[in-house]
Amino acid sequence: MSAITREQVAHLAKLAHIEMTEEELRSMAKELDLVVDSVASVSEAAGPDVPATSHPIPLQNVFREDVVGATLTAEESLRNAPDAAEGKFKVPAILDEE
Amino acid sequence: MNRSTEEVLSFDEAMEKYDPVLGFEVHVELNTRTKMFDAAPNVFGDEPNTNVTPVSLGLPGVLPVVNRVAVESAIKLGLALGCEIRPVSHFARKNYFYPDTPKNFQTSQYDEPIAENGSVDVELEDGTVFTVEIERAHMEEDAGKLTHMGGAAGRIQGADFSLVDYNRAGVPLIEIVTKPIVGAGSRAPELARVYVAMIREIVKNLGISDAKMERGNVRCDANVSLMPKGSATFGTRSETKNVNSLRAVERAVRFEIQRHAAVLDSGGTIVQETRHWHEDTRSTTSGRPKSDADDYRYFPEPDLVPVVTDHEWIERLRAELPEPPAERRRRLRTDWGFSDEEFRDVVNAGVLDEIEQTVAAGAAPAAARKWWMGEIARLANQRETEIADLGVTPQHVVELNGLIDAGKINDKLAKKVLAHVLDGEGSPAEVVERRGLAVVSDDSVLTAAIDDAMAQMPDVVAKVQAGKVQAVGALIGPVMKATRGQADAGRVRELILEKLGVQG
Repeated sequence: MSAITREQVAHLAKLAHIEMTEEELRSMAKELDLVVDSVASVSEAAGPDVPATSHPIPLQNVFREDVVGATLTAEESLRNAPDAAEGKFKVPAILDEE
Repeated sequence: MNRSTEEVLSFDEAMEKYDPVLGFEVHVELNTRTKMFDAAPNVFGDEPNTNVTPVSLGLPGVLPVVNRVAVESAIKLGLALGCEIRPVSHFARKNYFYPDTPKNFQTSQYDEPIAENGSVDVELEDGTVFTVEIERAHMEEDAGKLTHMGGAAGRIQGADFSLVDYNRAGVPLIEIVTKPIVGAGSRAPELARVYVAMIREIVKNLGISDAKMERGNVRCDANVSLMPKGSATFGTRSETKNVNSLRAVERAVRFEIQRHAAVLDSGGTIVQETRHWHEDTRSTTSGRPKSDADDYRYFPEPDLVPVVTDHEWIERLRAELPEPPAERRRRLRTDWGFSDEEFRDVVNAGVLDEIEQTVAAGAAPAAARKWWMGEIARLANQRETEIADLGVTPQHVVELNGLIDAGKINDKLAKKVLAHVLDGEGSPAEVVERRGLAVVSDDSVLTAAIDDAMAQMPDVVAKVQAGKVQAVGALIGPVMKATRGQADAGRVRELILEKLGVQG
């Protein structure tokens, strides 16, 4: 069951802003295909009576009370920033996607 | 980027040929103490990047935890919008790359929003009630704030770089999405305005948002499309983003209707795209067409567990709901006995709360209305401020009215007193006391002034004595002047006639 095509990988790479060579696109498609195949084996074990689940542990309503906690200082916030100005993160001008 | 001036058709002509279809996405920022998924404060206007935690910044390895109050606010809003509250709802990741979200995804809700299928009745200016169907209201988080530097005056076009403040990133949002609204016809722009006004009023009334549009607490994306008259097939829509005042919402919808009509009339096709509203030119410009980038690849948020509601929780929240704004208006209109026009004026002037509090504090509804719609509105206008910011309280009005009823001051003096109250000179009674503005009720003071006036105008005295009672006015004027308007004109008249032995 081959699921992932080179075109799909190219599309995802574009969405993720990752530059990939033709060779990388093809090898990544193969690798992802393998991953998808492996994961698909789960559906062999789980019958139609088992609902789709995104959480292995049956937890619900895990809430936090609305109480202010510790925050970072501006200096701490910006410590890992490649560039900063006026206490803010400085990023390249990104126009609306064309 | 298309920055050229767009062709538009006149609104009337557009309406002759087409029926508009509207749709709104209104984002409401909640006024919780903390953010949606972390304990950073939700405060507007603080130093950049100080109201943040590693979660707000999307640092590696962090885990979000849902704010209980934000969920309860969402449920309350859902109930106020007449929605069904989902027994089980999930959070989802909406993936996109833009520096306003440090995580590269927004935590939102996708196919299982907390609230669905509601409706809101809105009232147009002429009293017509229009029902807007609500598709869903879901919980999500706000993005950081970008400032575009260089280029043309803070606009994104031509900017050299952008600065990002993540204080707003993670602030709880509820997005309210309408179903397509058809049948508004030429009232579509007005409907857009009153709908957003109603949402603002509802969230303010619920106390779940500060609801200040100028601060972005309530933001509207307006979808517009046109159908040729007689057709029932929706046209291609445009989505005008972040229209952030009621007036702008009305104008943006009107402009888009006119622009669509011009495109369709010339045989063109509407591009499905986002549009930017410009208040200065009162027009929209092309933003971004629908593209691959709109492939958000939603998937269930693995770090958050489902929100499960039960009957008891929902009913407890329902019991906390205040009276809905529309019902409250109906009740107040009846209680106060105002005409439809009087009541609408009060609503439009935004002094419903003030009048209600003034009446509750003991004033007659008509007197409360007279003050808030009259002298107080005039002073606000004169001082170029909002009535709410003027500093006059319902208690002031009640006190002022009480002083008039007790005969201590007259209407004219009351206006003077009010102006001094606004200048911070104390309560009305204190102003009257300190400034000696009370009506002169000491007959001996009045008698002296009357004697003076009569001595100076013997001819008038003679006329009155001869039976021309109306001539007495000529004597009252100088007395009022002598007492600097602080005499009760009625009492002065009585005293003069008494002196002259004439029956009033």
